[in-house]
Amino acid sequence: MSTTELEVHNPVEDLLRQDRLPTIWCPGCGIGTTVNSFAHALLKQDIDLKKTVIVSGIGCSGRVSGYMNLDSFHTTHGRAIPFATGLKLANPELNVIVYSGDGDLASIGGNHLIHAARRNIDILVVCINNMIYAMTGGQAAATTPSSALSTTTPYGAFEPELNLVQLVDAAGASFVARWTAYHVVQLERTIEKALKKKGFRFIEVLSPCPTYFQRKNNMGDALQAMLDYKKRSKIKHGCPTWETALTPGGDIIVGEFVDREREDYLTRMRKQLGPHYSEFPPQLEEHESEGCSKEC
Amino acid sequence: MHADPRCVLTGTHFINGDAACCEGAIAAGARFAAGYPITPSTEIVERFAARAPEVGGLFIQMEDEIASSIAIQGMVWAGQKAFTVTSGPGFSLMMEHIGLAAMTETPVVFVDVQRGGPSTGLPTLPSQGDMMQARFGSHGDYAVIALSPNSPQECFDLAVKAFNLAEEFRVPVMLMMDECVGHMTERVVIPPAEQIPIYPRRHTKKPPEQFRLYEPGEDLVPEMAYAGEGYKIYVTGLTHDERGYPSLNPATQKKLITRLFEKIRRAADRLVMVEADRLEGADVVVVSYGITSRVAMRAVQAAREKGIQVGTLRLICVWPFPEKLIRELAPKVKAMVMPELNMGQVVIELERCAVGQCKVISVPHAGGTVHDPAEILDAIERGAQ
Repeated sequence: MSTTELEVHNPVEDLLRQDRLPTIWCPGCGIGTTVNSFAHALLKQDIDLKKTVIVSGIGCSGRVSGYMNLDSFHTTHGRAIPFATGLKLANPELNVIVYSGDGDLASIGGNHLIHAARRNIDILVVCINNMIYAMTGGQAAATTPSSALSTTTPYGAFEPELNLVQLVDAAGASFVARWTAYHVVQLERTIEKALKKKGFRFIEVLSPCPTYFQRKNNMGDALQAMLDYKKRSKIKHGCPTWETALTPGGDIIVGEFVDREREDYLTRMRKQLGPHYSEFPPQLEEHESEGCSKEC
Repeated sequence: MHADPRCVLTGTHFINGDAACCEGAIAAGARFAAGYPITPSTEIVERFAARAPEVGGLFIQMEDEIASSIAIQGMVWAGQKAFTVTSGPGFSLMMEHIGLAAMTETPVVFVDVQRGGPSTGLPTLPSQGDMMQARFGSHGDYAVIALSPNSPQECFDLAVKAFNLAEEFRVPVMLMMDECVGHMTERVVIPPAEQIPIYPRRHTKKPPEQFRLYEPGEDLVPEMAYAGEGYKIYVTGLTHDERGYPSLNPATQKKLITRLFEKIRRAADRLVMVEADRLEGADVVVVSYGITSRVAMRAVQAAREKGIQVGTLRLICVWPFPEKLIRELAPKVKAMVMPELNMGQVVIELERCAVGQCKVISVPHAGGTVHDPAEILDAIERGAQ
């Protein structure tokens, strides 16, 4: 009896560093699911992958940069955004994507998040929100829901949770959206849309953390989290972000909330400099042989 | 390779050390900088902010020093030369990213115009209190280079040198100025561009399939590729193998950390930069760096008038420390005297190298002003006995 071997090619395979797999993520974790949506969006978009750079901070989501087969930067805790800012400013041709977690981007890196949105630096930020510090063992984050249990809030969190989409909207982001790890198709489409847009773009993705968040809070396993997302999510595109707070047991408002036109940092700088502006030198080697671009 | 003539302000200027440092950075090829205002360093980036558009560059004022110290590393990995500038408290905030630059071998320059500390201390007054922080401030083991100018002219010269060394060794290089040198106005001669040598970036010529991001050359320094060139580089602060991939085990750690150390240690003799005077036949040698070296000269002159044989040794490159030179010199003298605008930092290194061979007399100073030459003279006299 002969068997036919079917060669199955995963379309996103080439976008992953195969020699780095399997990932370190726990079973039931939502980060990998979001990476799949991200990879599909990259493939669908007419985007030059050679010029596409991914930057992460520290933590479970911080590992995303290392699994992507792109120029990858795994930086320090909370500082992916300022590193990405430097990359983008020094080479505006790069498509710069920051992919990191809520603890990284919103707690320790919260100030950078606000100011990158304010400046409207032309980068896309994907923030995986699992509402906990997972890699360090389940401590409370700025996004941990009020009263939730964690290893550092054994009597329940005394602090209210931060609404990230409202924060970046207030700071001036060009594009703001939220989905969950359940909304794989919607997430892919939103990433596709965000990749096309200029300015500071922010996508929050709620992701289950069965190991540290669900278990500790008696919320069941990863499947339960997905069922919960399905049941509680309400798609409201254009919803004012002050109406999108995440409350325990309440509705999860998802969708694309903000899509506004604002000049990004470099565009504004060039316009304002007017005659004083001269083109950035090309990358170092050429620059040194050709000299600077203006008599000075 | 030489500096770009159109961006170098060749000629004789009457400017302060901060301004000279900025012009040195531009002459060295820096077109990008990020910074956060702090006295007494801010004049450097104020000048750079004005000059950057003229030379096709950019200055961004970040939200804090932490952001500045990593934004410049993004700029470097995008293929540019970049630096940041700060003073004491800001330098403390940058420490984690000095470690990142050391670990990822990012050629970048940190300028610290030192002021009195600890904490907010004396914002407008001088100190040399950050010297050990420059060497050991970040966590873990790493080796860096730190230079110490004692005049506005040297602020220019050593700024160029700092960028060149950063490129040659792919390490963070620190230019350790102090408030006095930064704010001192003197004649600064900026040479013609063809007299300013520039160390070119070690940019790889290999095709992506043959390139390994952290494969060291014979001098233990690897070549670089930038983001956006198709190399799919993987840069991480985690312990990594030659591909740049995280590899968290003692063997990789040993190999990597040893190389990061060795690439500087092996070149240490060549990196030594000192200004020596009358060491031959000296009974006492005054060892100093930065602004303190200029004050010490008054005490040295007074001692010589009293008939004491005094030599001087000024450290221009403080880290790596001129260990071999001190070991050779120590048995030939009665004493070494080291005035510093701190409670005794680099003198610890001097004592280590001179151990048992001669007296080492520290002349500490809490900062806020320079030494009274009488204190140094007193130490010289004690050493000569």
